[in-house]
Amino acid sequence: MNRVELQAIAQRELDQRQSYRCRLLCCASTPCISSGGTAVQKAMEEAIKANGLNAEVVTVATGCMGPCSRGPMVTVQVQGQPDVIYERVTPEVAEQIVARHAVAGEPVADHVMPSNLPFFTKQTKVVLSNSGLIDPERLEDYIAVGGYSALAHVLREMTPEEVCAEISKSGLRGRGGAGYPTGLKWDLVRKAPGERKYVVANGDEGDPGAYMDRTLMESDPHRVLEGMAIAGYAVGATQGFIYVRGEYPIAAKRLEKAIRAAERRGLLGSRILESTFNFRIDIRIGAGAFVCGEETALMASIMGRRGQPVPRPPYPAQSGLWGCPTLINNVETFGCIVPIIQKGASWFASMGTAKSKGTKIFALAGKVNNTGLIEVPMGITLREIVFDIGDGIPGGRKFKAAQTGGPSGGCIPAEHLDTPVDYESLRALGSIMGSGGLIVMDDQSCMPDVAKFFMEFCMDESCGKCVPCRVGTVQMYRILQRITNGSATLRDLEILEELCEMVRDTSLCGLGQSAPNPVLSTLRYFREEYLQHIQEHRCPAGVCQMTEVPIIELVHRPIARAAAASPVAS
Amino acid sequence: MPPTPTKERTPRAEKGHPSGDPRFQLIDRTLKRLQYQQDALIEVLHTAQEAFGFLAEDLLIYIARQLKLPLSWVYGVATFYHFFSLKPQGEHNCIVCMGTACYVKRAAEIVAALQAEFGVEAGHTTPDGKFTLLTARCLGSCGLAPVLVLDGEVLARETPESTVSKVRARLAGAAATNGHGASVAQPALQEVEAV
Repeated sequence: MNRVELQAIAQRELDQRQSYRCRLLCCASTPCISSGGTAVQKAMEEAIKANGLNAEVVTVATGCMGPCSRGPMVTVQVQGQPDVIYERVTPEVAEQIVARHAVAGEPVADHVMPSNLPFFTKQTKVVLSNSGLIDPERLEDYIAVGGYSALAHVLREMTPEEVCAEISKSGLRGRGGAGYPTGLKWDLVRKAPGERKYVVANGDEGDPGAYMDRTLMESDPHRVLEGMAIAGYAVGATQGFIYVRGEYPIAAKRLEKAIRAAERRGLLGSRILESTFNFRIDIRIGAGAFVCGEETALMASIMGRRGQPVPRPPYPAQSGLWGCPTLINNVETFGCIVPIIQKGASWFASMGTAKSKGTKIFALAGKVNNTGLIEVPMGITLREIVFDIGDGIPGGRKFKAAQTGGPSGGCIPAEHLDTPVDYESLRALGSIMGSGGLIVMDDQSCMPDVAKFFMEFCMDESCGKCVPCRVGTVQMYRILQRITNGSATLRDLEILEELCEMVRDTSLCGLGQSAPNPVLSTLRYFREEYLQHIQEHRCPAGVCQMTEVPIIELVHRPIARAAAASPVAS
Repeated sequence: MPPTPTKERTPRAEKGHPSGDPRFQLIDRTLKRLQYQQDALIEVLHTAQEAFGFLAEDLLIYIARQLKLPLSWVYGVATFYHFFSLKPQGEHNCIVCMGTACYVKRAAEIVAALQAEFGVEAGHTTPDGKFTLLTARCLGSCGLAPVLVLDGEVLARETPESTVSKVRARLAGAAATNGHGASVAQPALQEVEAV
């Protein structure tokens, strides 16, 4: 395979597409499959056959289209007309779409999702630009939209130094949460001495409420592979690993298929695109440990060991997998590479804020009308995300907080809704960008209870290596349990705050250091609610069952009774 | 415990597990594909769990021998990760997602309802071996919260009542009322039969 052949494949594919008058794109990502997407596509295929439209109309199983709560989604592309997106499609509706829209050209109005909704207009699709438009299981589909041309360009026109410089210039920062400048990291690995180097894509998306990486791997696996190959060329690696969470069987299957297809075509493996560059990618399936999102733990897991972190330095850039220099980036970070190479670093840097460039994918969920996957430019306000894109809170209830960053992040209250979303301002609010989960909570959510939920998570997921995290999280959980069942005193609150600081400052890895964040941020903005639990014995949100009383009161009660009874007895 | 050996020892089993259980061939195949590398332990455990449903002690010993690793190492890895189960699972299982989005939409009430109805703690199997109740960290279908997986079928937007009735129907052997759904768990047995 060389550049000319690549273009020929793209042209052939586009010609073939032109030969169909109408294309029916059915979402085949996990949420839509869960709500019946497979049956919809089947019904469409049967309807096409029944109407004898095989030569004109074709169905395509694509990746995620975004509004997951309205699934199954179908996009109808008729030549010469704008795309029409259908929501909540059932097999019956699917037949109507074929019979009316595909044949007669009139949309089935009841299920059309207006394309001028803020949900669509406020988004900027960069990483997800192909998602929902191509078949993730077909390499040709990806090549047709310009796939692997960035890799071809890099191999032919650019030196590894130039690639690293271009990425640095774009201002791209790690999308996994910490926000380390990607170009800098690449340069470190490139300069690190060593014969063997590795590239690792972190797809161990353990944060509850986040599924951006899964969607990217399911909807556009080749983009991740191409990004990794470019990274491999830039840092001088010949082997890459994608670490996929065990809970994502579809993503693993599609990546596997994508790797095989790319290898067959000479786009991965040895002598890629007839150059001297060799790069293999293997998949490693995770086995369910949140701590494996931490880079040193992730590497231990790739090497078949218990996923326990080790102290840094040495950083993976110096000594990673099997002691070799290793580049670890999030899957979404690799997804940003191809557009940067294709459209240039300055184009990418033109989006976003001064320090945070580009776009970010968020998984919008919780108490919000439009849940789903959104990609927005950095610097957009939370209000725009929740009330424009998300269309507000269901049932006209009151917005209470937005939780970002999963168990390592915090809750942002209503008064900070107008903060621009970027790495620095979220950190200033006591939360983090994290991998991009964004859970909206209304006044029916109890903040101490939410803190308890995350603390239970951290307690469970602590690997047990360092004491502050292993013991501290348990103690914090017990105090939160007492607060939410009514048996806490003000002294407990003091100890809780002390513990938070101690665990944050003394834990070995990111899991422990960030475990107190949910508590600290809820204490910062919703202290009143904690006090109501402790002093007034009530839960304003009506979530906690305040069935217990503080032990100290139990001790005092008999004395008081005895004291009250004694004068009578004497 | 692993099923009792039913087949007679075949010449091929000499190399593999002495019981001659065909499922060990799946493990042997994975071992060979990964060239008996000790780093491939997690991959091998995945295959083993898929083939047997859980990791019995006997199985861990076998894997440890094949990879020339101490049994304590293999046991350590198998118990570290949530995905591996060292106890047999029930005939039917229900995984309730306890991710943040599902939690905010009151998934805890579903778990409580199932616990009360079937007398089984989360993570455990009923004494008759019929039903296992599990919780998951996040199934990544947060837009459809609360989500649960009943025998490999993803059910979205559940309530405690609807879940209990669906599980009861499943246990009674009635056909699933919910027509659509996705199979996330790959049935390993088909592959075994093909061996």
